Amino acid sequence: MQTMESRQQANAGSKRRRNSLRGWRENVAGYLFVAPMFIGTSVLVLFPILASVVLSFTNWNIVSGFKKASFVGFANYQDILSDAIFLKSLGNNLLILLAIPVTLAIALTLAVLINRYIYLKDLFKVIYFMPFISSAVAVAIVFRVLFHPTRGPINQILMSLGVENPPGWIADPKFALVSVMLIMIWTGIGFNMIIYLAGLQNIPKELYESAQIDGASSWTQFTRITVPLVSPTTFLLLVAGIISSFKIFDLILVLTNGGPGNATITPVVYLYQKAFLELKTGYASAVSMIIFVIILLITLLQFYGQKKWVNY
Amino acid sequence: MAEQLGRIDLRKLILTLLMAVVGILFLMPFAWMISASLKFEDDVLSFPIQWIPDRFNVIENYKEVWTGALPFSLLYWNSIKVTILTTFTSATVSALAAYAFAKIEFKGRNVLFMIVLATYMVPPQTLLVTQFLLYRWVGLYDTHLGLILLNSFSVFGTFMLRQFFMGVNNEIIEAARIDGAGHVRTFANIAFPLIRPALATYAILRFIWTWNDFQSPFIFLNSDKLFTIQIGIKSFADDHGNIYSLMMAASVSAIVPLLIVFIIGQKQVIEGMQLGGVKG
Repeated sequence: MQTMESRQQANAGSKRRRNSLRGWRENVAGYLFVAPMFIGTSVLVLFPILASVVLSFTNWNIVSGFKKASFVGFANYQDILSDAIFLKSLGNNLLILLAIPVTLAIALTLAVLINRYIYLKDLFKVIYFMPFISSAVAVAIVFRVLFHPTRGPINQILMSLGVENPPGWIADPKFALVSVMLIMIWTGIGFNMIIYLAGLQNIPKELYESAQIDGASSWTQFTRITVPLVSPTTFLLLVAGIISSFKIFDLILVLTNGGPGNATITPVVYLYQKAFLELKTGYASAVSMIIFVIILLITLLQFYGQKKWVNY
Repeated sequence: MAEQLGRIDLRKLILTLLMAVVGILFLMPFAWMISASLKFEDDVLSFPIQWIPDRFNVIENYKEVWTGALPFSLLYWNSIKVTILTTFTSATVSALAAYAFAKIEFKGRNVLFMIVLATYMVPPQTLLVTQFLLYRWVGLYDTHLGLILLNSFSVFGTFMLRQFFMGVNNEIIEAARIDGAGHVRTFANIAFPLIRPALATYAILRFIWTWNDFQSPFIFLNSDKLFTIQIGIKSFADDHGNIYSLMMAASVSAIVPLLIVFIIGQKQVIEGMQLGGVKG
């Protein structure tokens, strides 16, 4: 690819020398084609993020208006980092991360089974993918009823199986976050599975064939060949999972609205409450910046970690 | 190996059956949702679960959802409008930019591409506050146009389509240019048709994401009459929070049509997701 590109550039370079008019026209064409995208991202992403940086140092409040706003330095950041609810939301987000390895393990198992050991592959892909494609709002509404502490089907089934005191799920501060994680696992399996399926196609078939000849069991093949060779995919999915965990909004907002007693609040839900319920614009901008920095750090970690941790 | 050909592998068959059982358990929440949406309210939480109800209240439930105070017919129309226009705009904007980044040699191309790519790292939620202020200021708040614009500039789409345009042979482009075709004609008549399958894949993904998008309409719309399905169903659930049969009928109405679209276009959806790797 690199050689092709440099050849392209060399070609273009010589042409430009021959015909500067053509070069000028190329420039105009290029800018016109890129203009909608570039203007759109500038107005909707670049400008807002820069404005957020500035706003995060003010105490602006939408209601009181511009005039009463003033610069407060790092006060917002200090307040946020010492706010017990924000720290709780960060802690919750860290706990939510535990759902990712579980999702990955189930997804990889299913992917391997679908890839080699069963019939009707396409049907099963579709089945496991369905929750992922479904509206998170509707899913949250369904689970609100399924998780009903006394009369919900899940607890009715548990009680009929002999569980005397089933958990109160989303009504119980101790189990609310677990409930959110269970739904995340349920919806996330399909996506992770199909990415794993793509990853599995890159493992040479000969490896399995020679392992079979050597008499390796399916389990040995799984742990010695599949798991290590699919590690680039695992790493990708792990990072993607961490980043998307910081973006969950619809599921929590509709399922628990961050409750009960902030048991399921996450930084994004906290941001929403500060910005759109309490209308603390400056403060919420600072929360945005903190979330932004966290995700940026994870992304950088991905860039540098890839070489170090991925097997081959 | 040879003796396995032509006859059914027993181990494979057993594993398939086991997988089918797991699959059925996996889809149980959907089955429960559909079943509850058919019932009288009194029967919804009865136990043991009646998967196929004794008595049906389908017509009444769905009639309330589709023609009630916040009718789903309106929500559907709004969602269809917003989703189709967003998909169309986003695909066009991304295809144009992708073509330029892949096939036009212009000054500053790499810098512009890096800038666009860098914005991909910004999580959408961190932009909500200032986008909201901006929208209020320019009058795009509480409009469908604002909502459409919000999701029309996709870095993911641009990046993905650029990969495909890079795969288009340069000689084909050059030949067209030597014949006197400008970039607009080269793009429209030559490059664009070649990447049509990739564009279709991107369009399907954008359609699903926009259809399921809750956050943007939730923050940027205020009037009931502009609501899309995702916020409509939340507001319906807030109003009918204790009437589970109606909530399930609303959920079915929100989920099932898209599931049908997915089942029809499953190959493209799944391949598109595999291609994209990450949701964007």
